[in-house]
Amino acid sequence: MIEIQELCKYYGQSRAVGPVSATIEKGEVVGLLGLNGAGKTTTLRVLACDLLPSSGTVKVQGLDVVERPEEVRRKIGYLSDRPPLYDEMRVREYLQFAYELRGKPAADGRKRVVEVAERVGLDKVLDEPLFSLSHGFRQRVGIAQAIVHDPELVVLDEPISGLDPVQIVEMRALVRQLGTDHTVIVSSHILSEISETCDRLLVLRDGIIVASGTEEELSQSLLEGVRVELTVRADSADLARILSVIRAVPGVGSAGAIAALERGQMVQSFEVQAKKDVREQVAASLQQAGFPLLALARKESELEDVFLKLAGGVPLRAAERQAS
Amino acid sequence: MSRALLIARRELTAYFRSPLGSVVIASALLLDGILFYWRSLSQRLLSGEALAEFFWWTSGVTITAALFLSMRLVAEERQTGTFTLLNTAPLREWEIILGKYLSVFGMVLILTLLSVYMPLLLLVNGKVSLGHIVTGYLGQVLIGGAAAAIGLFASTLTRSQLVAVVVGAAIVVVMLVFWVLAQAIDPPLNKFLAAAALHHANFRPFQFGILELGATAYYLSVAYLFLLGAVKILEARRWR
Repeated sequence: MIEIQELCKYYGQSRAVGPVSATIEKGEVVGLLGLNGAGKTTTLRVLACDLLPSSGTVKVQGLDVVERPEEVRRKIGYLSDRPPLYDEMRVREYLQFAYELRGKPAADGRKRVVEVAERVGLDKVLDEPLFSLSHGFRQRVGIAQAIVHDPELVVLDEPISGLDPVQIVEMRALVRQLGTDHTVIVSSHILSEISETCDRLLVLRDGIIVASGTEEELSQSLLEGVRVELTVRADSADLARILSVIRAVPGVGSAGAIAALERGQMVQSFEVQAKKDVREQVAASLQQAGFPLLALARKESELEDVFLKLAGGVPLRAAERQAS
Repeated sequence: MSRALLIARRELTAYFRSPLGSVVIASALLLDGILFYWRSLSQRLLSGEALAEFFWWTSGVTITAALFLSMRLVAEERQTGTFTLLNTAPLREWEIILGKYLSVFGMVLILTLLSVYMPLLLLVNGKVSLGHIVTGYLGQVLIGGAAAAIGLFASTLTRSQLVAVVVGAAIVVVMLVFWVLAQAIDPPLNKFLAAAALHHANFRPFQFGILELGATAYYLSVAYLFLLGAVKILEARRWR
């Protein structure tokens, strides 16, 4: 679907991106991850033919973005980091304009606008002026304009930025849903925002891709094992037995009891250090041994550490140590 | 072409939904009315002279209004980020510029048509030919169109509407004073400068009801060159 070869983009003498090479297959939902200034927006703007590359080639379905930009733009829906909304227009009118602007017939637009509005949850505000919409709705309108012409590739630049927790959950669901019938590229500077949504992550640092893979692959290759915290319903007398059950699971390096993570009687918590993700095996073993599992989770900070290590930031634990 | 018209339609709607369009047109008409009364009606002039005087002054108002109307066309979109929608749609740069130009040209036409009651007063109460009025208005539209193209060109240079209108005004002023420079410079450059002046020698025929092909071609050329410049700036910006 997308082939990027040795892409470089310079602003004056300053290199913003490159050299970057990557391939994205049809139907994939790919996350472009990087800190601010890593080159995410520039890369996406080149993909959307908003900017032209300084060197290298970018092809969308075999069409070069420099040689055939108009044909490429027909295949792409792009949401920039600021949704491009004309505040004086109403939602319906704006989406119809965006539809016709992509060379689609006006007559088909009315039906399509309603379909898209229902899909992204805008049906109740279709006749509202854009200036009156909340940030969450404005983001949705931005996504709606990106998909109204039914493009094969949807490029979303930080669609989750600035949303409240409820809106973030809704937006993640929306991006996942888009992935069912579009190839989607979504950027973010926060790993947890897109790790659940994307099939694959590309991590950018200083304009180059420093890692690529699923969240699992990235964490396995970059962290020294995986840390898991679990809580079971058990008496303190069973601590030794539970630890032996956990340690018997293949891949587990070490395990130890920690202060209970939940209040209540008969609640014991453990921390497990493993070479790989052993959550499923540990859960099955505890179940077999008759210890009901109350909670099991990989330590969240580890995921962020993966990203920060790759992206060139300060790992969380180091930052916490510095702060303290 | 159809997408240029789509952009023009949206821009025209935007002019009337924001205060800019109405405020500029209302201010220009007010100024036109005052100048008409001061320079044409309250002087002891023949009808034809009063009409020529009206066209002389109102052309300045039209130029100013065209600059104010065109300052937002690209600068505002770049400032608010909406230009991305146009830039990532399957459009050519000339379609974007043409669409925007048609909208501001439409506003210049509206402004010009709304001032027509003033020469009509001279037609009803004095002795002026309809041809003089029509030719004078053609001059208004041409000079307004040229100024709008200059304003649109300036708007592609910056994100700030204020800077855009200042740059546009600077270009217009330089082109206006060409005829003054022409008087102080030796031949053959003086002839070139006199011919390149935005107003004086090129507008005078229209002012007196004379349709000159050379002056018409001059205004069309100015509009074309500045629109071409605007297209080239948009094209170049993709590489920056």
